[in-house]
Amino acid sequence: MEKMIAGKTIAVNEEGYLTDFNQWDRNVAEEIAKENEVEMSDKHWKVIEYLQKEHQNQVPLSIRKIGKSNVVDIKEFYELFPNGPLKISTKIAGIPKPASCL
Amino acid sequence: MNRIVILGAGTAGTMMANHLSHELAKGDWEINIIDEKHDHYYQPGYLFLPFDIYKPQDIVKQIEEFIPKGVKLIKGIIEKIEPEKNEVLMANGTAISYKILIVATGAKIAPEEVSGMKGSEWQKSVFDFYTFDGALALRDKLRDWEGGNLVVHITEMPIKCPVAPLEFAFLADSFFHNKKMREKVEITFVTPLSGAFTKPKATEALDHLMVDKNIHLVSDFAIEQVDNENKKIIDYGGKEVPFDLLVTVPTNKGDELMERSGLGDDLNYVPTNKGSLQSLAHENIFVIGDASNIPASKAGSVAHFEAEILTENIKRFINNEPLKEEFDGHANCFIETGHGKALLIDFNYSHEPVEGTFPFPGVGPLRLLKESRMNHMGKLAFRWIYWNMLLKGTHIPFVSATMQEAGKEFENA
Ligand SMILES: Cc1cc2nc3c(=O)[nH]c(=O)nc-3n(C[C@H](O)[C@H](O)[C@H](O)COP(=O)(O)OP(=O)(O)OC[C@H]3O[C@@H](n4cnc5c(N)ncnc54)[C@H](O)[C@@H]3O)c2cc1C
Repeated sequence: MEKMIAGKTIAVNEEGYLTDFNQWDRNVAEEIAKENEVEMSDKHWKVIEYLQKEHQNQVPLSIRKIGKSNVVDIKEFYELFPNGPLKISTKIAGIPKPASCL
Repeated sequence: MNRIVILGAGTAGTMMANHLSHELAKGDWEINIIDEKHDHYYQPGYLFLPFDIYKPQDIVKQIEEFIPKGVKLIKGIIEKIEPEKNEVLMANGTAISYKILIVATGAKIAPEEVSGMKGSEWQKSVFDFYTFDGALALRDKLRDWEGGNLVVHITEMPIKCPVAPLEFAFLADSFFHNKKMREKVEITFVTPLSGAFTKPKATEALDHLMVDKNIHLVSDFAIEQVDNENKKIIDYGGKEVPFDLLVTVPTNKGDELMERSGLGDDLNYVPTNKGSLQSLAHENIFVIGDASNIPASKAGSVAHFEAEILTENIKRFINNEPLKEEFDGHANCFIETGHGKALLIDFNYSHEPVEGTFPFPGVGPLRLLKESRMNHMGKLAFRWIYWNMLLKGTHIPFVSATMQEAGKEFENA
């Protein structure tokens, strides 16, 4: 599937997650954030960078791990990305939605 | 003589003791298995105990009954694994050396992970059913509970048998119907997931059943605390769900033994190669069942499929041959849906649960992803199969360790 995001044609899956991280940039992230009613701040970007780095290192992401990351605690994570922070933050970060463990 | 030590005599450890005692030459290898418990509990029975469907004696037998002759059963608490010395240290101070170690210490609940969960209401209006004691206490509660808000709740993933909480909700619906008090009970299912289950295809079918049974769904709920005083659970985002009776599945963790040994991840699961079941840190340590971190369901059926592959790999390891990386995450579970019916799902690492028939392509008699009475009979038969075939490592006819694709309507995960 393709979608126009921030004036670019971006490949996404049916849930709106980027399928090619090379197409990601900050403008794309800003626009996805806006669609999810998130206003990006420095703190938001720190979390996004952390998620991208963990993803690159193939670390499976979970709320518990993020809470122990020293980047944010779980409470803050929820304040930054209300209603399903892991789903929303990974979408903004341009990485796949974490497969919830079985 | 060389020694293989198996840690844990639950589902997976017992199966391995049986497999290996058949497969290894008696004079060459001594097999030891260690457990702190006296009894073996049939954990899938914990789902039925609260509703008085099974009696306690149906689901408890002595560990000893299932350990084959020639395998040495050692009772006691395992304190630590010392991989550098190839030794297991017991809490009583004895050390047991090994050539090959098989970790099968399972997973258990850790209610202390959530603030207030094990608080003043624990086993008064807050219950678990993932332990024998918890299931029994809940049975006593349900026998004369007069109704109100029943909240069935999952704390965080992964948990053993991820469908069990939903089955609990379905069986509760059926239970209260039979007691002619369904209208006095609101049933709410609260989950950290976005829907009823972890796999989209099965979630669709299950979400539908929940609507039919008038079970409310609260999704994406990451619990922060149990408020004992006001009887509600509160999530990190501030969402609140009130309860009169909370049946929760607390965080599941591996045994603290892994933390003491420096072998576990943040939930005390042992990092393991998902195809070969060899631990990532030490080549003579293997992991089976709930104790590993592989992305497969934590279920007895999974341990059964793993045991066939692990037995083969232990033989290869002994003969210095390359290991098979063949385990595909195959899981096969019945989902009890209440009113004498059940669903059956079959899936692996790469395939979603699908529709079709099982185990014979096109014939069944079991139907995948569809409610039926036959599936319910299958679920009840599982207890017999467990005690009489599964633990003994008997191959179950027609069901293979890796998933079979014929007769199923596929969609890749
Ligand atoms: C409510 C419920 C319903 C379920 N339903 C199903 C189902 O329908 N189908 C299905 O396939 N599976 C089901 N399961 C899951 C299944 O029971 C488990 O996946 C299976 O028992 C795992 O086997 P295991 O050997 O890894 O762990 P276990 O069987 O739990 O064994 C671990 C053993 O290790 C011992 N141990 C641990 N640490 C130590 C230590 N430090 N010292 C000494 N001994 C130690 C313990 O005493 C225990 O005996 C269900 C589980 C629950 C809780």
